[in-house]
Amino acid sequence: MPITRDEVAHLARLSRLALSDEELDHLAPQLDQIISSVAQVQEVAADGIPQTTHATGLVNVYRADEPVHCLTPEQALSGAPAVELQRFKVPRILVEE
Amino acid sequence: MSELIKKSAAELAAAVAAGEASAVEIATAHLDRIAAVDDKVRAFLHVATDDALAQAREVDRKRAAGEPLGALAGVPVAVKDLFTTIGMPTTCGSKILEGWVPPYESTVTQRLRGAGAVLIGKANMDEFAMGSSTENSGYGPSRNPWNLAKVPGGSSGGSAAAVAAFEAPLAIGTDTGGSIRQPASLCGIVGTKPTYGGSSRYGVVAFASSLDTPGPFGRTVLDAALLHAAMSGHDPMDSTSIDAPVPPVVEAARHGDVAGLRIGIVSEFSGDGYQPGVMSRFAEAVELLERLGAKVTEISCPHFKYALPAYYLIGPSEVSSNLARFDGMRYGLRVGGGSAEEVMAATRAAGFGAEAKRRIMLGTYALSSGYYDAYYGKAQQVRTLIIRDFEAAFGQVDVLISPPTPTTAFDIGERADDPLAMYLADLCTIPSNLAGNAAISVPIGLAPENGLPVGLQVMAPPLADDRVYRVAAAVEAAFTERWGHPLLAEAKGLS
Repeated sequence: MPITRDEVAHLARLSRLALSDEELDHLAPQLDQIISSVAQVQEVAADGIPQTTHATGLVNVYRADEPVHCLTPEQALSGAPAVELQRFKVPRILVEE
Repeated sequence: MSELIKKSAAELAAAVAAGEASAVEIATAHLDRIAAVDDKVRAFLHVATDDALAQAREVDRKRAAGEPLGALAGVPVAVKDLFTTIGMPTTCGSKILEGWVPPYESTVTQRLRGAGAVLIGKANMDEFAMGSSTENSGYGPSRNPWNLAKVPGGSSGGSAAAVAAFEAPLAIGTDTGGSIRQPASLCGIVGTKPTYGGSSRYGVVAFASSLDTPGPFGRTVLDAALLHAAMSGHDPMDSTSIDAPVPPVVEAARHGDVAGLRIGIVSEFSGDGYQPGVMSRFAEAVELLERLGAKVTEISCPHFKYALPAYYLIGPSEVSSNLARFDGMRYGLRVGGGSAEEVMAATRAAGFGAEAKRRIMLGTYALSSGYYDAYYGKAQQVRTLIIRDFEAAFGQVDVLISPPTPTTAFDIGERADDPLAMYLADLCTIPSNLAGNAAISVPIGLAPENGLPVGLQVMAPPLADDRVYRVAAAVEAAFTERWGHPLLAEAKGLS
């Protein structure tokens, strides 16, 4: 089933990418082509085959719970686009309905 | 041109230790080389001139004071621009991180500093390591030192080009789907993907966390092994780091030998789409391995043909999650006004390039409810089947071999807007990423049709990294003797 331009626009919104109309026009057929190609994985008869999430098989690795040095506020804020009162300054996150 | 830039890392470290050359002389020679050729090669996004000279002076001070020197004391190393480095910008080849200077240091670069290496600059790369040519860099492509109209490969293409252009004897990169082995092959140098978890990901800006593996580039097998040993080992800061000794890679690189070794040719990696010159050099390497006493057979790995599609589901899925952190709030670019969501969407649209956007959306699709089982879940099952193929193969042979990539270096622009064609560059390298094992690319000659380098990929089980060096060292020694000089002596792109 081909991926429609509307679906691609929805994916862009979910991905927090404000794409232009030109970008959507360009990306929609490319994504459709890529998804049709990677769908080959569905040919593999894999009923009952466990999933591998990563190759080492390690689970629940913890460090010792010991206090160590961490970043100072100045270091942590050193790359911030906007800072106020030693905090990250961000745009409003709630919109009035 | 200073003779120092032609020397291997092993020779440079020995010269510094013996007092025959100073670290400052060596750094200066390489900085001069960068100044002379990098406007053509464009391997570097940042040349750390003052910082590198300060590091070199510290090595010279230690030597003068009789303090112990590390294994790479005074040896310049180019650093792929996704390792965080205090005092040097780290952009990941992306406009979204332009000008960002990290407040913390990656474990790998910290270890290299501890070994006395001189970090000489940050190397160009495909944006967030997604690509096979460096054309996805937000700062323009690097060039192949063999032919400046060709790509150096990617994503660690700047690292490979810097080493091939004698701008640095060593470089570090990361290999998520082939991003060290493929550019090594295209540039005629040695590059290794260590066992996953063998080298720390702490301070490596994440692309696909279950696959990302830092590793070395060098012009010789021994140089790559020296860097591999210096950068690797258990790190409590990376929860997927393996708590085991680093395999004896340097020892193996010093004693190349394939006598009695059982070698399997992956039968799936030949045929349509493989360039004739790549296959003729491969056949020649097989003959050579047999002459050196190896027992070579063909081995079928039936699920390897599904590795590429599985990778282009798993990689993008992890990307869509990992790149969510670039939201314009805490670091990097911020664009536009309005609500936080509007700022995020505008920032990400302005800061990410086309390939990053494609993969984020592909991953978002694969992880969407309703599609998860059919795509991401299925790909994770394929991953298990590929591991089983490797286990069956390594029950019969000691190492597997194949071309690292189906072609030699392609033209800049040739595949730039054809993602599926570009993805094929990773066809032969991806299985080792999905299985987390060790693999190397070592030069085996030039394709007769275009005079561009061809590599040989050698794959070994997890934590048998030394085995790929033992084979690569034997191949390197035999070919160098046959050619009468190192392969790179034939590179004419900068002459």
